[in-house]
Parts: sequence; structure tokens; C-alpha cells
Amino acid sequence: MHMEKLHIRPLKRRHITDYTVKVISTVGALVGLFFLTWILYEVTLRGLMALNWAFFTELPSPPGVTGGGVANAILGTVIITILAAIMGTPLGILAGVFLAEFGKGSKFSSLVRFMTNILIGVPSIIVGVFVYTLIVAPMKSFSGLAGAVSLAIIMLPVIVRTTEDMLNMVPNSLRESGLALGVSRWQVTLQIVFKAARSGMLTGILLAVARVSGETAPLLFTAMNSSYWLTSLNEPTANLTVTIFNYAMSPYADWQAKAWGASLLIMAAVLALNIFARLVTRKKVT
Amino acid sequence: MVNPRKNRRYQHNKGDLFFKGLALLCAASVPLLMAGILAQLISSSSLSLKEFGFGFLTSQEWNPVTEVFGALSSTFGTIVSTLIAMIIAVPLGLVIAVFLVELAPPKISAFFGGAVELLAAIPSIIYGMWGLFIFAPIMADHVQPFLDKYFGFLPLFQGAKMGIGMLTAGLILALMILPYISSVSRDVFNMVPTVVKEAAYGQGATTWEVTRAVVLRYSLRGIVGAAFLGLGRALGETMAVTFVIGNSHRISASLFASSNSIASTLANEFTEAVEPLYLSSLVELGLVLFLITVGFQSMAQVWLWSIRKKLAD
Repeated sequence: MHMEKLHIRPLKRRHITDYTVKVISTVGALVGLFFLTWILYEVTLRGLMALNWAFFTELPSPPGVTGGGVANAILGTVIITILAAIMGTPLGILAGVFLAEFGKGSKFSSLVRFMTNILIGVPSIIVGVFVYTLIVAPMKSFSGLAGAVSLAIIMLPVIVRTTEDMLNMVPNSLRESGLALGVSRWQVTLQIVFKAARSGMLTGILLAVARVSGETAPLLFTAMNSSYWLTSLNEPTANLTVTIFNYAMSPYADWQAKAWGASLLIMAAVLALNIFARLVTRKKVT
Repeated sequence: MVNPRKNRRYQHNKGDLFFKGLALLCAASVPLLMAGILAQLISSSSLSLKEFGFGFLTSQEWNPVTEVFGALSSTFGTIVSTLIAMIIAVPLGLVIAVFLVELAPPKISAFFGGAVELLAAIPSIIYGMWGLFIFAPIMADHVQPFLDKYFGFLPLFQGAKMGIGMLTAGLILALMILPYISSVSRDVFNMVPTVVKEAAYGQGATTWEVTRAVVLRYSLRGIVGAAFLGLGRALGETMAVTFVIGNSHRISASLFASSNSIASTLANEFTEAVEPLYLSSLVELGLVLFLITVGFQSMAQVWLWSIRKKLAD
């Protein structure tokens, strides 16, 4: 019925419409690529100008004083991110194991699956507010620990979902052969299923780490920031992303330049993690 | 054949019971966390809930000195900036998906697809830096004067051309949600059975005719799902918006004007709020945003779930 109508139109006009649409969609794709290149270019260019030895090794200079670095913030970001991964990864993997191995078709796992997808979409700043009311307010202090908890909450649903997806790709015959040999259920999961899904799960974890390592909003009022070296996880902890925010909003050109340097560092780390994560799975496929 | 995942006979030893229990606890942590966030946000905003009641949502006042707070200007900013982003990103995302699926040769498609996904991986704060220092000046010097010159009769495009403001925030949001919309649309387009497309091509239809009559028609519901996901992202996006929206508690007809969103208000004011009522009002703002995003995300999930069910049947 629909096709009949198409045939009535003059051929030439149809070709012109077709050509126009092709041009529009090619231009659309180029627009996307253009903005990506533009952002990468500006951040790389301005970032490189700010990088020097002091940037990586020294503490921040006082407001308005040129020089110094963001060494404490680099260390802080690394520590907070690793801590978040330590908290979020086992929890997320085990939850994913439950969904894939034990919870097929139950109402409870449908609820968990649904909530996981919703939690992925909860704005990261809300997680920050939540952790503030949960940890920062009762302890009466901003802390690196609270920052790590926020990031772990953001990682959790991402890991749950990728773990479940990856375990679902493992054929049931593998589980059956393990069980037939008399291996218990938990050993089958840990030693056979995990081994088969290893690279996919690793990709999921890396992508989750990449996602949180560039997060700013959940750290603003949990880890906050500091101009000193970290001595304890119960005090405000310097980190790169909040430093970028504070420096960018400051009136000092030197601080703004450092914000670009820190942006380059974060962007390079996040993109490298992303590309590496994708390479891990691709190797398995070929 | 016995499905070992369902058969209870295999779960007899203690190690298995312990392992399953542990996994169950971890799985339970996700719904518990969601409930915990809701409970915590409500209890921490009790002061403000009691003081302002329902009027909190309809009041435009935001005055930390006299301690009168209302969510209207922030909510308005969140909705308008998201709308701008959707108006631009949905058509552009679809157009990119059409290019990736119907036009580009596989290699180019894979390259562009990868580039679009990288765009999604770039942290929000990088968009903020780029938006504030590079894009906003271009808006002030070129885009806003252009809009003023040709569309200045509309109240939308009047006022001081500062570069930052609602329009700039909306444009940057559009750029940020573009990858989500185009990659989900691409996946949906790829699900259209090749046979149906080939049948249309075989009848002599052009690429556009196949796209319009077969692909778009077939994947309409999926596209709506993709748009919902992008919408959910845009509503809660914080850092990029905070950098460029200008942060003023004001509702203005002009898109050039400084405004704010719920997320940007939280990012800017949370650490400054010392008085309990101020802090409690900020948490209530967070509660409003939480409920809005959870609402949209749930709708998106249910929608996508119903499509998957339909496709499976």
C-alpha cells in the first residue's frame, strides 16, 4: 500500500530528495566529528602549555601566586578512584552473579535489574547530596572516604549490568560440564564461568572506572578539595576534577592555565581507559 | 535437558548456600540504595518541607539572606535547557544514525561510531571548560549577534550578549546527549530486519524512501526510548551547565540571559550553605531533581522493556 504511493512520484524529484537527505545526514555526522575534534584539539593544546615538571610534583601555589603544581590532586584522584573501585567492584560483580546465575526470571531480580538501570540514570550530583547527608554531615567533615563512597555508588550499577550481560553470554553447557564433574556451584561460577567471561567483565570494570575518574559533581561536597598533601581519608582531599572547577572559576590566569593542564590529564586518562577497555574485548573476539 | 541455573537439586552444599546468600545480599544493595537515597533526601529536607510546603515548587524566590526559598527558577532552568538540548540533539542524533546505518561504508561507519562513543566518554567538566573559555566567547561575538539581527524581534533572542546563559547551556547539553541518542538510534536501526529493507529496495525505492517508510517506521518506538535516555541525562547534567549557565536565580524570557538549573544551584551553593534551612532547601531541590529523573528513567525503562518484549514475541 505504502510502496504504491512512492511509485507515483516523478523519478527525478525522488532522486533529488534522496540526494538531499544523504547530504544532510553526512553533514550531521561531520558536525559531530567536528565538535569532537575541536574539543580534543583545544584541551590538548591548552593543556600541554600548562604542563611542566612542577605541575606533577609540587603543591598548589597560594591564590594569585604563579607557579606550583597539582601533585596532591593527582594523587588524591588516583587514591579516591582506586578506593571506589575496591568498594564498588566486588559488590557489583556479586550482584551481577546473582542476576545471571541464580535469579533468572524471579520477581526480585527483575526489581534489582530495573533499579540498576534507574540508578545508572540518577544524576551524579544527587549521589553527592546523598553521601553528604549520610557521611559528611554526621562526621562533621568533608572527607576523601566520602568521595570514594560516592564514586563507588556511581560505579556499582554499571558493573552490575555489564557483569550480568557478560555472564549471560557464557554457554550453559560450560556450567553443566562443571557440575557434571561434581564441582560445586560456587566453584563453577568462580573458576569456569568467570574465566570464560573474564575479558568482558574486565572491560566493564575499566569502563566504570573511566566513568567515575572524570566525575566532578559527586566530589564537590564529599571529598571537596585541599591544597595540602593527603594525610588521612577523614579530611578534605584534593582531587583533579574539583581543582579544575575551582581554578577555572578563579580570576587568576595561572590557575586557569592549570585547570587546562588538569583537564588534559583527566581527558587523556579517561579516553585511554576507554580505548584500552574496548581493546580488551576485541582481542577476545578475533 | 536440565537447566543448572534453575534446578535446586544442585544447591546443596554449604559453600553454595553461602555464595548464593552473599550474591543475594549484594544484589539487594541496589534497591536498598535507591530506597536509602529517597529516604535520606526526604529526611534531610524535612525543615524546608515543613517551612515552605507545596509552595516550594511554585515560588520563584531564592534568598539566602531572608531565608526564603523556592524551586521554580531552578526547575524552570532545568526544563528549558533540557528542551533546547532535545530540540537540537534528537534530529541531529537521528540524522547521524541514518548516516551510520544506511549510508556509510562499514569501515567509515565503525570509525564515526567510535568517535561518537568517545564524545560520550569525555567527562562533563571538560565540556564545561571548553564551553566557558572557547564556546561562550564565540556565542557572544558571532552567534548571539546573528540571532539578534535576524530573530531579534522574538523576546527569546533579546538582551545582553554575554556568551554564557540559557542558550549556551542548552547547546552544550545537546552536544553531550548527542552520542546517547545517535548510538541508541543506531542500535535500533540495526534491528530492522534486512529482508524488509531489501524488499523495499527491490521495488525500486531510494535510500531515503527505505529509511522513511521502513526504518523510521519500524524503529519509532526505539527512537522514543533513545530520546528518553538522552532526556534523563540532560536533566541531571551538572558541571557543563554550571560552567556556562551564568547562575542567577531568575526566570527570563530571553535565552541569552543568565539562569540556573537545579544541578547548577546545588553545585554552586551547597558548600556555602551554613544555615540549616538553607541547606535543607538545597537538599529539597535535590529531591525534586531526583524525583524528576527517576520518573523519566522509569518511563524510559518500561518503554524499552515493552519494545523488547514485543520484538521477542
